Amino acid sequence: MARYGMVIDTKRCVGCADCVVACQTENNVPEGFCRDWIVEALDGEYPDLRMEIRSERCNHCENAPCVRCCPTGASQITDGGIVLVEEAECTGCKACIASCPYDARFVHPEGYVDKCTFCYHRVKEGQDPACVAVCPTKCMHFGDLEDPHSEVSKLLRSRPNHALIPEAGTKPKIFYLT
Amino acid sequence: MQEYTITSGRNMAHIDPTLSIWGWEVPVYLYLGGLVAGVLFFSALYFIRGKADEMPTVVRVTPLLAPILLGLGLFTLFLDLEYKLHVFRFYTNIRLESPMSWGSWTLAAIFPLSLLWAAIHVGKVFPKWRWPFGWMDRMVAIAETYARPIAWSLIVYSVILGIYTGILLSAFNARPIWNTAILGPLFLASGLSTGLALNMLFSKEKNELHLLGKIDVMTIAVEVFLIIHMFMGFLASAEIHIQAAGLFLGGPFTASFWVFVVALGLLVPLLLELLELRGRIAATKIPALLVLAGGFFLRYIIVEAGQVSTWGL
Ligand code: SF4
Ligand code: SF4
Repeated sequence: MARYGMVIDTKRCVGCADCVVACQTENNVPEGFCRDWIVEALDGEYPDLRMEIRSERCNHCENAPCVRCCPTGASQITDGGIVLVEEAECTGCKACIASCPYDARFVHPEGYVDKCTFCYHRVKEGQDPACVAVCPTKCMHFGDLEDPHSEVSKLLRSRPNHALIPEAGTKPKIFYLT
Repeated sequence: MQEYTITSGRNMAHIDPTLSIWGWEVPVYLYLGGLVAGVLFFSALYFIRGKADEMPTVVRVTPLLAPILLGLGLFTLFLDLEYKLHVFRFYTNIRLESPMSWGSWTLAAIFPLSLLWAAIHVGKVFPKWRWPFGWMDRMVAIAETYARPIAWSLIVYSVILGIYTGILLSAFNARPIWNTAILGPLFLASGLSTGLALNMLFSKEKNELHLLGKIDVMTIAVEVFLIIHMFMGFLASAEIHIQAAGLFLGGPFTASFWVFVVALGLLVPLLLELLELRGRIAATKIPALLVLAGGFFLRYIIVEAGQVSTWGL
């Protein structure tokens, strides 16, 4: 069983937000909402400043609190460890939104909770998620973390990297190369 | 220095800049749930102990309000749902990992029980009460023969209801200020105390009022202890918990929490009740009203603070 994750090269990312727009278009994300977003994180003291530009989204956590707290089972982990919301089962109680340390979820105007699906519909067909496919700097990589020969596994072995808020214990599956 | 700026794609309704997914509806529900838990717990307890005649308000009168208040609470919970048509989905699944799931099943049990309980007592409170249909009479007569087992299950379910309203929030590790095991017992104690306060509002019997005052003094003392313990726990914990506690210790919720919840909702009524019990001042309904208001502010402020409290990126 695959365990899908993403590896994003912050050294290459220029923060153009093409991934944000690609996602909104591919997934018909309603206006005013987004499933991925760009962050500029600044660290250090002047003149020793370090900036990391990151494309962020749902981390498809292995220990997903959003799935655990969902009272109906609408939030679920599907094939490849992709965390999805089944619209038909969602009550819009928003427990999952409260449970996500990354604030990756939002209420779709139709009432159900929405978020990044890793473009499950594309992944099923063997394609990359829209954000990965469209990135002009090719800084995003999608693949099977379980497979030692996959590009993502190789990158994680060869370059220093970090995940976001690992201390929260959710076991996020998006990694940032530094 | 650390700075975190979202440059594209966010600024979503109710998510940014801080979460605001739960407005007044959820705190009102948590409050009414706790209050009803308190009312039903003491009613069932004193019924089982055979005190129905000595403590008529506790055993028989306020339980008549329980299904109404709980119904209101359920209604506000329903108002909060974004996908109201799918409300039935709570009952197509049992998910033991989800506090909200066992909460909804607890409600499915305690709401009908509270109706039955009220039906058993309404005839004793209003002697002229007549059920419109014969089958209702028969049903209530049957319920009466099972009054003790119903009372026992009310005790169990009311404790679950009272404690779960806190556990619901404490299970969210993503919101550090909620993520403390104290919240369950604290909300339970607060629910019991507001239940007692509602009884104090209605009771006219001196002995009953005296006993209610005594128990309330103890529950308030427990609440104060739990609050102190909660902050000691936060301050002795990891950085994010220290930061979370800061919301109440100098941060934006400091004044509202310490004034409305701790001072006016706990310490002042505690003092007044103690003085009343010793006969130093005349008994009034003021402590009960303060406790009832303080219980609401506790839920409201905690629900708000949790949404501001994050791991910070
Ligand atoms: S990032 Fe948030 S929404 Fe995504 S799996 Fe983790 S907890 Fe759930
Ligand atoms: S809002 Fe929907 S997906 Fe989220 S916890 Fe509630 S029912 Fe589950």
